[in-house]
Formats: sequence, C-alpha cells, structure tokens
Amino acid sequence: MSDRKTGRNLPLHLVLVAVGAAMAVPLVYAVLSGFKTTDELSRNPIGLPESWVTSNYTDILGTAAFWQLVGSSTLIAIGTTVVVVAVSALAAFSFARFAFRGREVLFTLFTLGLMFPFAVAALPLFLLLRQLGLLDNPLGVILPQAAFGLPMTIVILRGFFQQIPPELEEAATLDGCSPLAFFWRILLPMARPALGTVSVLAVVASWNNFFLPLLVFTDSTWWTIPIGVQQFQGQYSAEYARVFAYLVLAMVPALAFYSVAERQLVGGLTAGATKG
Amino acid sequence: MTSTYLPDKRSGPDAGAPPPAAEAARGRGRRRTRLWLTAVAFQVPALVLFGVLVLLPMLFALYASFFRWGGFGMPENYIGVDNFTRLLDDPVFVGDLWRCLVLVLFSLVVQLPFALALAVALNQRIRGRAVYRMLFFAPYILSEAITGVLFAMIFAPDQGLADHVLGAVGLDGLGGEWFADPSTVMATLFLVMTWKFFGFHMMLYLAGLQSIPAELTEAALIDGAGPWQRFRHVTLPLLAPTLRISVFLSIIGSVQLFDLVWVTTAGGPDHHSETMAVTMFQYGFKRYQVGYASAISVAMFVISLVFALAYQRFVLRRDLEGATTTLRGGGA
Repeated sequence: MSDRKTGRNLPLHLVLVAVGAAMAVPLVYAVLSGFKTTDELSRNPIGLPESWVTSNYTDILGTAAFWQLVGSSTLIAIGTTVVVVAVSALAAFSFARFAFRGREVLFTLFTLGLMFPFAVAALPLFLLLRQLGLLDNPLGVILPQAAFGLPMTIVILRGFFQQIPPELEEAATLDGCSPLAFFWRILLPMARPALGTVSVLAVVASWNNFFLPLLVFTDSTWWTIPIGVQQFQGQYSAEYARVFAYLVLAMVPALAFYSVAERQLVGGLTAGATKG
Repeated sequence: MTSTYLPDKRSGPDAGAPPPAAEAARGRGRRRTRLWLTAVAFQVPALVLFGVLVLLPMLFALYASFFRWGGFGMPENYIGVDNFTRLLDDPVFVGDLWRCLVLVLFSLVVQLPFALALAVALNQRIRGRAVYRMLFFAPYILSEAITGVLFAMIFAPDQGLADHVLGAVGLDGLGGEWFADPSTVMATLFLVMTWKFFGFHMMLYLAGLQSIPAELTEAALIDGAGPWQRFRHVTLPLLAPTLRISVFLSIIGSVQLFDLVWVTTAGGPDHHSETMAVTMFQYGFKRYQVGYASAISVAMFVISLVFALAYQRFVLRRDLEGATTTLRGGGA
C-alpha cells in the first residue's frame, strides 16, 4: 500500500479504529475487571489491575455448578444438532430430488416457519411440554429447538442437494441403488460441507438459547450457561468483579467456537438469510 | 419395480388383455404412487416434529385466547373475543406496539445504514480488514442473555464503566441512570442492540457486495462517475435484494425481542422498555392469566404473519423463488 493511499484513507482508518474500540472495550473491560477485586474495581474502574487477582476466575472454575452448566449446554447443543440435522437432511433430500404432489405446499409451510419468532409459540409450547412431562428434562429443550431449527436447516440443505447433478442419481439408480441407499451412501458424504455449516448454526443457536431453557428448567439440574449467568448475577449482584469473571468464562466457549468455525458460521448465516 | 410387461392379475368380466396404452398408464400411475410414498416417507420425521412442536402449540394458543384461563386443566370459561378487546385497551400492550415501532425505525434509520457504511468500507482493500470484520461480527455469536448481563453491569448507574468513562472525560452530565431511567432506557437498549446486531447485517451486506462484479463499478468509473454516484447508481441497486432481506430480519427481530430486555430491565422501569414477548411472559408465567397471554401470542403471530406476507408480496417478490412464487400462485 503506497503512502499516498494510506494518507487518503486516514479518516476511514480513524472511523474503523473508533468503531473497533467501541466493540472491543466492553469485552476487554470485562476481562480486566475479572482480574480485580470488587474493592479495586470501584477505586480503579478503568485502568489495568494493580495486582492481577486470578481467584475470581479460578474460584468459578473450581465449582461443580459451573461445569454442570457447561455439560448441560454441551449435551443439549449436541442433541439438538443431531436431531435437527438428521431430520432436515431427510426432508431436504425429498424436497430436492423428488417431484411429488404437495411438495410446494409443504415447502411453503416450512419456510413460513422461518418467519415466526419462537416467542409466539413459547407459552403454548410450555403447556404442551408440561402435559408431556418434559419439563426439567433436556428433551424438553432439545426437541423444540430442533423443531424450530427445521426451516432454516431444510432451506440450506435443499439448496445444496439441488446442486448435485441428477446424472449421479440416475447412474446410482441404474446400478440398483434405492433412494435411501443413494441418500445415505452417496449424497450425505458429498454434502459434508453443507452438513458442517448447518451443524455449526444449530450448535450456536442452541448454545445461546435463553427463553426456552428459562421456561423448561425450573430447577438447576439442567440449567444452561445463559441461565446460569443470569442467576449468578442475581445471586452475587454486589460482587461486581466475580460477576465479570463469570461473564468472561461464559463467553469463552462461544468466542472460541467462533474463531474455529468462522467460515461455516458466516457462510451459513448469510446463505440461510438470503435463501430463506 | 413395477413393470408394464408383468401379466395382468385382474380378474372378473373385463379381465381380458387391456390396450397397451392403458396398461402402460396404469403402470406409470402405480410407479408414481410408489414414488410419492417414498418422497413423503422422507418428510415424515420433519412433519411430525414441526407439526407437534410448532404448529400444534400455535393452534392451541389460538384456542386458549378465547378463554379466561389460569393455565391448569382445560380452558372452560369461554369469553369470546374479550381478551382481544382488552388487549387493545391495555396501555402496556399498546405501548409495546409503539416501542416496537420505535426500535424498528431506529434500526432502519441508524443501525442498518451504519452497518452498510462499514460494509462498504471493509469491502475495500484496507489494512486490517479481516480483523475488523471478525471483531464487528463477534458480538453476534454471544448469547443475548450474556450480552444483556454484561451491559447491565456496564451501564450500572455510577458504578458502571459508562458513567466512569463519561466522568473521566468531564461529561458527568451525560451519565445517569441508563436502564433505570424511563427517558433513557430505550436509547440504552437500542445502543446495546446495535452493538450486538449490526455486525450480522454488515456481514450480509459484505456478502452482497462481493457478488457485485467489479466490471460494473469500473465501467462507471471510466464513464466519469464519482464515488457517491457509483455507490448510489451501481452498488445500491445491485445490493437491493440483500437490503430487503436484512430489513426483514431486523423487523422480525424487533417484534420478538425478549432475552435482552428480560435480563437488563425485565420491561421496567414501569413498563418503559417492555416488549410484546415480555408482556406475554409476565401474564403467562407470573400472573397466570394464560388466556390473556395466549391472546398476546396470537397478536404477535398475526403481526408477524401479516407483515411477512405483505413484505413477501410487495417487497421480496422479485428476489425469492420457491416460497414466494408458491404463495403468489396460491393467493392470486
């Protein structure tokens, strides 16, 4: 980049640095505050910690309750992902490769689901789960999350399955391959990148869900991380530094996941939005 | 496999050899039925899951909204549309609608143009753009609830970072109660929403910008168009489909806003930041007026539906295939 060009872009760089700072400061502030005592935090809110106190972080990491949250969040995210991807792949295969009566009506039904916020169904869903005895049961979160994830997952996978040349299926059928065998042995292995994308989206959506676990889990056995954060803040509202440490630890898995799966996440979100 | 050459197994008076064409058609018909059954078999798990956990609850909410009901046993006290007339007279619900409108307008006028400007900036070859892109998008993947708690701490009156920073630069007067003051709570909420969501819209725009062929802007450049003209007459029209979808997602997001509000203010102070979803939650889960809360759910559903259909019909029509064309085919 030539000097002249850098000079011309200077205002732009200033804007980007300012916005970048506005984005980063809340996160950095939380990390630094976690290394202070609550006393120091009120004396020295902005600067670096006078002495780096690690006990806020280590105390939380030493409690079973925190790891229980991580475990529940993980189990529920994996369960949701497995169900939604498996069920959606079957449906998307049928939408993409069969011309059958009622296909468009059915597909419209699913795409309409894309537009409905979960909040609309929250209350009756709670009543239904109570009726089914699924409150305080991880399935009470896994199955509805999978159901509400269907539209987006089906739309993305259908688009991908449509791109696979029909000659491939014809050849397989001539070789005596049934539709199910074609789906299982040829289509799914080819669709690995798309399956990766929708899995990443499902994991993140489940990991961050707050409303549904809030309704379903009345006792702490199956609380997920977002619920845990809210509870912790309520319980230790006076101990600012500890709450900050807790927030940071709660954010780490999502941010780590993002740094690993950035491509699938961004690609999937933009594809899901524009195709839906 | 059904073959047209299999011997006819029909019996009875007309069991003679049918004309070959009819036989072939019958074979095709059977084959088609088999194909239909195969195709639908693949849909069954999705249909069951979606039907039981998405459609059924919505239908039940519609049913329950015509009853005065505490949420236990079956609804029995039928009251017609009383819940809905009560809704229209409920200052909190009407306020929810206004607040939703305010958030939508601010998003359209401030957040999305901001996201677009940054997308255009980061679409150039500029130092550090990968880092900026990652940083701006990062808040989007955080949980709304965790983001809410973080900003509740940052905007804590006197104690929080916001007031300390304003104090440090001599602007104490601007500091204040943030989430706790009825006159600033919505602005604070909007600030947090922008922090959390603009990166997502920016990413959408970047994807859209990258699909615009460079030749088009170059041609405009050769024709003597300035930067603004190139943006206004080349980039913007070609980005229109992306913009329309981003507007749609932003509006739906405002309609359903819950997590962020619930953990920061729970709708307070005195309902000044309450949203439809929060009101529904309050009535359904705190006050056990489940019939009335169902009516709020139905109202949200109708608002989403009418908006989504109208938007598809009038705005998205040119951009989408599949759902849109089907809807048009069925509706008109």
